[in-house]
Amino acid sequence: MNTHQIEVLVVGAGGAGLMAGLYASKTAKTAVISKLYPTRSHTGTAQGGIGAALASQEEDHPEWHTYDTVKGSDYLGDQDAIEFMCEEAVQAIYELEHMGLPFDRTPDGKISQRPFGGHTNNVTGKPVRRACHTADRTGHMILQTLYQQCLKNNVTFYDEFQVVDLIMAGGKAAGVVAVELATGELHVFHAKAVIFATGGHGRIWEITSNAYAFTGDGPAITMRHGLPLEDMEFFQFHPTGIYKLGILITEGVRGEGGILINGKGERFMEKYAPNVKDLASRDVISRAIYLEIRDGNGVNGQNYVYLDVRPEQVNKFAALDGRKNLDGTPLAVTGEQILAKLPDIVDFCRVYLGVDPITQPMPIQPTAHYAMGGIPTNKYGEAIADEKNTIVPGLYAAGEVACVSVHGANRLGTNSLLDLVVFGKHAGLRAAEFAKKADLQPLPADPAAPVRAQFDRIRKADGKENAFDIAVAMKKVMFDDMGIFRSGKGMENALKVVRGLQARFKHVSVTDTGAIFNMEMMNVWELGNLLDLAEVTTVSALARTESRGGHSREDYPDRDDKNWLKHTMAHVDEKGRIELKYKPVVMTKYEPKVRTY
Amino acid sequence: MEITIKVFRYNPEKDKKPSYKTYKLEGIETDRVLDLLEKVKGYQDGTLSFRRSCAHGICGSDAMRINGFNRLACKTLVRDTGAKITVEPILGLRVIKDLIVDMEPFFDNYKKVMPWFINNDPEPEKERLQSQEDRERFDDTTKCILCACCTTSCPSFWASDEYIGPAAFVNAHRFIFDSRDQAAAERLKIVNEIMGVSRCHTVFNCTLACPREIQITKAIGELKAALVTGNLK
Repeated sequence: MNTHQIEVLVVGAGGAGLMAGLYASKTAKTAVISKLYPTRSHTGTAQGGIGAALASQEEDHPEWHTYDTVKGSDYLGDQDAIEFMCEEAVQAIYELEHMGLPFDRTPDGKISQRPFGGHTNNVTGKPVRRACHTADRTGHMILQTLYQQCLKNNVTFYDEFQVVDLIMAGGKAAGVVAVELATGELHVFHAKAVIFATGGHGRIWEITSNAYAFTGDGPAITMRHGLPLEDMEFFQFHPTGIYKLGILITEGVRGEGGILINGKGERFMEKYAPNVKDLASRDVISRAIYLEIRDGNGVNGQNYVYLDVRPEQVNKFAALDGRKNLDGTPLAVTGEQILAKLPDIVDFCRVYLGVDPITQPMPIQPTAHYAMGGIPTNKYGEAIADEKNTIVPGLYAAGEVACVSVHGANRLGTNSLLDLVVFGKHAGLRAAEFAKKADLQPLPADPAAPVRAQFDRIRKADGKENAFDIAVAMKKVMFDDMGIFRSGKGMENALKVVRGLQARFKHVSVTDTGAIFNMEMMNVWELGNLLDLAEVTTVSALARTESRGGHSREDYPDRDDKNWLKHTMAHVDEKGRIELKYKPVVMTKYEPKVRTY
Repeated sequence: MEITIKVFRYNPEKDKKPSYKTYKLEGIETDRVLDLLEKVKGYQDGTLSFRRSCAHGICGSDAMRINGFNRLACKTLVRDTGAKITVEPILGLRVIKDLIVDMEPFFDNYKKVMPWFINNDPEPEKERLQSQEDRERFDDTTKCILCACCTTSCPSFWASDEYIGPAAFVNAHRFIFDSRDQAAAERLKIVNEIMGVSRCHTVFNCTLACPREIQITKAIGELKAALVTGNLK
């Protein structure tokens, strides 16, 4: 057994993990472990921007950002944490710029900002320029910049080491067990503090923007240790994924003037969000698209609508809306400018659809995108053990895997990149501070025994079932019955199917008996994680008899603040059953109101 | 349509030498080569090993030689390849297993050019200002995803993996031509070393291979020019 002793161990090397690693390594012996090379992390695919009230080009305030985020969360976000994030946002952006991040610039050399869904001037209610961006590759630049800074500061990396278990000792985090993919060997990382920054689990759904790597390893592992997962029923469907493929088309397209058009040629968002129209919150737009398609208004009777950013269309609707440049002249764009602002979107459409967005509209459908729920933490990234907010000593989480909760029932675009920068940093600082005062916890006699048992079970299974078939069935039922709209009946069906698949999963084996890069074994193990998370997502959703943010029920169409203004805390009890508890939402000064855009 | 996909196979735990294995499966024009590999792995041969993650050309995991050209498997469609496809590992790096190569020499070369922002002046309260023209100067080379398609298509890299290679030059360019960065002279010294830009013979393989369409040969040309003239504009 290879054993390493570390003070702060970070699992995952996306934005949150790198930020945590960068900050923890300033004062503590730190290592960052990732199953991918860091630059392959999913942060790199974020496109449109990172939100902060810099007011580069027009009036804006962190308080406005806070209110928009609270409203966007459908009042389920914890308001103290949201205030903290939006206040920290401004300095966080300047810090990224100081690290060399090449933001696009305004004519006077400041960081350029663009409008994004749900971000408004709180006085006029009109969209505000708050998303700081590098064309449509903002996440790529954040990931590259943070990795570069980690190299500059000699942060230790274990690339292509996949964490498969958390070691707990007496209720405290004591380290992790990881597979070195290149050799198949198990390693024990004995640590004073462990930060999970493993990202999301959107591979549960059929149409998804998420990477193959997004298999929810982190939350599946902590759940096996009896720790709770918060608000798992809230999963965001992004309105604009490429038809059938689910590849993300940034909200920045609409920020730059793009509009949604149904099969009748109507700009349907006027009906659903008369004030901000195509720049409403994501849950609102995804529901609108679903309803349009359901009512037969898809294009050519198919399950898609158009996202249109052809310059003549942008200019026509900008004139109708009275959209203006900052100097007061009417907003007007050329095809060349669209290409310069959205080069990757243009490229995706040309490659995958054979469509040129400068001259043709893009066929889009909503795509599974982002986990609002996850490992519960406070605003310092400290993991929470129960509904009383008891801290798990030595365990931290940050980024998409965590639920602080700043996104509540629905995340605003640009707030995920902000979340990982702000809370990645604070988790790193807190963990390093903790590690300075803490001792290494004693390890169990054979810390890798539970993992070895999991792998042995897969090796020895009878092989009657095929992992690929099970994955396809899970994704289909979750997309059909646990998607944008849900009903009690549909969710019960999803739960039945998922539990049936969990039973079938016990018969899945592997044909690859080797040690070196046994990706078949790792992929099967990951499928087990996805199934466990599909189950807890569905159980959490079934219990919530209301509609809020990303959780929309046809049988309970209204928000119910009297009974449901609270966070779900799901955990597995000693008998292996999922038990649901609840904790209150933290309110400061924003009373729940009817949510319209 | 029926697709025939011939895949390079090598498992060091079993095979004395590499071989090719051919699989047949149903596919459509818009299938990605990655989709086909996933289906082969899922239904025909679970031992087939390759790297992949984002599946839309941004993470850079699945660089492979597809019908003789370095491509990302997730950004290459049956429409482009036709129904007969040969998939091999990228060249110049040690094959670990099947389509998985040892990326360490590639990342070591990347690290040689000090690929991080250096500016030792006190940090301003807000952002460092930068004109749109100065920002545009290095825009193209900020797009690099470190997939290694370029470097492993380069004959000079095939001759020696000590050669810094196009991907590292791209990243050197990204900082050297950034008006905010202060370490251009040091970086230029590195790219001028014996394994540096003098070994670029403008074959253009790198430019043709880049899935991000970065004008790599042009960027390397600008490094060469800067070495001669000292001009960083």
